[in-house]
Amino acid sequence: MRLNVTVNGERRQADDVWEGESLLYVLRERLGLPGSKNACEQGECGSCTVYLDDVPACSCLVAAGQAEGREVRTVEGLAEGEALDPVQQSFVDAGAVQCGFCTPGLVVAAHDLLDRVPDPSDEEIREALAGNLCRCTGYEKILDAVRTAAGAR
Amino acid sequence: MRTFSYVRAPDVETALRTIATEPNAKFLGGGTNLVDLMRENIERPDVVVDISRLPLTGIDELPGGGVRIGALVRNSSLAAHPLVRTRYPVVSQAVLGGASAQLRNMATVGGNLLQRTRCLYFYDEASACNKREPGSGCSALGGFTRNHGVLGVSDHCIAAHPSDLCVALAALDAEVEVESTRGTRRIPLTEFHHLPGSTPHVETALAPDELVTSVELPAPVTTRSRYRKVRDRASYAFALVSVAAALEVRDDTVTAARLALGGVAPKPWRATEAERVLLGAPATEESFRSAAEAELASATSQDGNDFKIELARRTIVATLRDLLTDRSAA
Ligand SMILES: Cc1cc2nc3c(=O)[nH]c(=O)nc-3n(C[C@H](O)[C@H](O)[C@H](O)COP(=O)(O)OP(=O)(O)OC[C@H]3O[C@@H](n4cnc5c(N)ncnc54)[C@H](O)[C@@H]3O)c2cc1C
Ligand code: SF4
Ligand code: FES
Ligand code: FES
Repeated sequence: MRLNVTVNGERRQADDVWEGESLLYVLRERLGLPGSKNACEQGECGSCTVYLDDVPACSCLVAAGQAEGREVRTVEGLAEGEALDPVQQSFVDAGAVQCGFCTPGLVVAAHDLLDRVPDPSDEEIREALAGNLCRCTGYEKILDAVRTAAGAR
Repeated sequence: MRTFSYVRAPDVETALRTIATEPNAKFLGGGTNLVDLMRENIERPDVVVDISRLPLTGIDELPGGGVRIGALVRNSSLAAHPLVRTRYPVVSQAVLGGASAQLRNMATVGGNLLQRTRCLYFYDEASACNKREPGSGCSALGGFTRNHGVLGVSDHCIAAHPSDLCVALAALDAEVEVESTRGTRRIPLTEFHHLPGSTPHVETALAPDELVTSVELPAPVTTRSRYRKVRDRASYAFALVSVAAALEVRDDTVTAARLALGGVAPKPWRATEAERVLLGAPATEESFRSAAEAELASATSQDGNDFKIELARRTIVATLRDLLTDRSAA
């Protein structure tokens, strides 16, 4: 099937999409956006988190057809040109990135949290990021990054 | 995943007509359970009917003080809705206690009702499982049973129903409205899910061609209600045991009690035995304990989930105590 979807503000089209492909697969393999990661493909880890019509979703569990005509914003769409989004910058500054596999999903989830709750408590940060698993950092630096980003925005 | 064809339903009528004419078709709500199960080859539909754009997304107040929730309402929108938060706090809390923000943003009310068990043998194609492959046996018996049920289970299947939302709905006397080309009917939520008996593959009262269109909650008996979930980590895990409760107390006597359990049974478990003990009893820790014991009297367990029986009793007592003492829950 043909899929039409607006990604990071641009109207994109993908042809010969198989019905069983996920939105994550389409983004990574057909639209050249490998930022969103594929780790578990079961909704468990959040590495594939993207905005779908303005709310974060696990793109690995979104069937391609579900995204038809909708708006997607990936981690690639957060920076303004060369200038990183404050959330991205604070992940770099806080040392919240080790292997980096979880980072794009966490950045999108944290970005959404700070849009809704500009000055979140630690409790709120933990709960908002509960769907994003990280096997490297132990989360402390990630919490630091989100606190810093909240201050910087 | 097997190849299938994908149909996007623009309206309810098309959805119903398509499902009525395709023998092996499935509705797709948010996809958070179906897409996963199709990828694991557990669900193998020939046709997927995407219903996510149907206009069943309203949360409307009903004349008698109840509320009608459209089947396509997202779990996150349900939890955040002011009417739900103020009149049925237990529903909001149950939804927020489940899955993650990303999943709740996609998951729909209808899909939540019809999500399938998280029994790990059900998910593993190489294991015997009566639910997946009728007559093949049950690998959970004698296996890893931490997530399995202790009430309402059978020799054929001991899987637990995984939903948090449904536990709250069961406590509150919700009704499910379903529609097919044959017409519309209503099913009480407590009769929507079946116990396994000798047919664990028959999970609900829903016919294959029926669409869940809405869930209705009657006016609450009290707005003092609460959901308590015990799990292996603080967030983002299925319930080991959960309790949905509403309690009204006058002159230190229980005048209304609604109680349901999650994580312990193949269906959201309305705790009618406990309710019977509570009604008219003094609102004390002793009554709460007697009620919990009455409810768990018929429990049966495996080595791996024996702990759930006492955990369920204690969680019932703790939830009722919370409701009694926390004035802010009123
Ligand atoms: C990692 C993870 C953790 C989770 N943790 C929890 C948790 O802690 N607590 C909890 O309660 N849930 C949890 N869930 C499950 C989640 O709540 C369900 O996957 C979700 O509610 C299903 O809704 P959906 O709309 O995505 O359903 P879909 O995946 O679209 O559909 C599920 C089933 O329902 C059927 N269906 C959907 N809508 C209708 C309808 N209107 N009429 C008839 N049939 C319909 C479909 O045909 C399919 O069989 C978790 C899920 C994941 C992936
Ligand atoms: S408990 Fe039920 S779902 Fe699990 S293996 Fe046994 S039959 Fe299958
Ligand atoms: S890859 Fe989607 S949640 Fe893990
Ligand atoms: S940095 Fe490696 S998984 Fe998080």
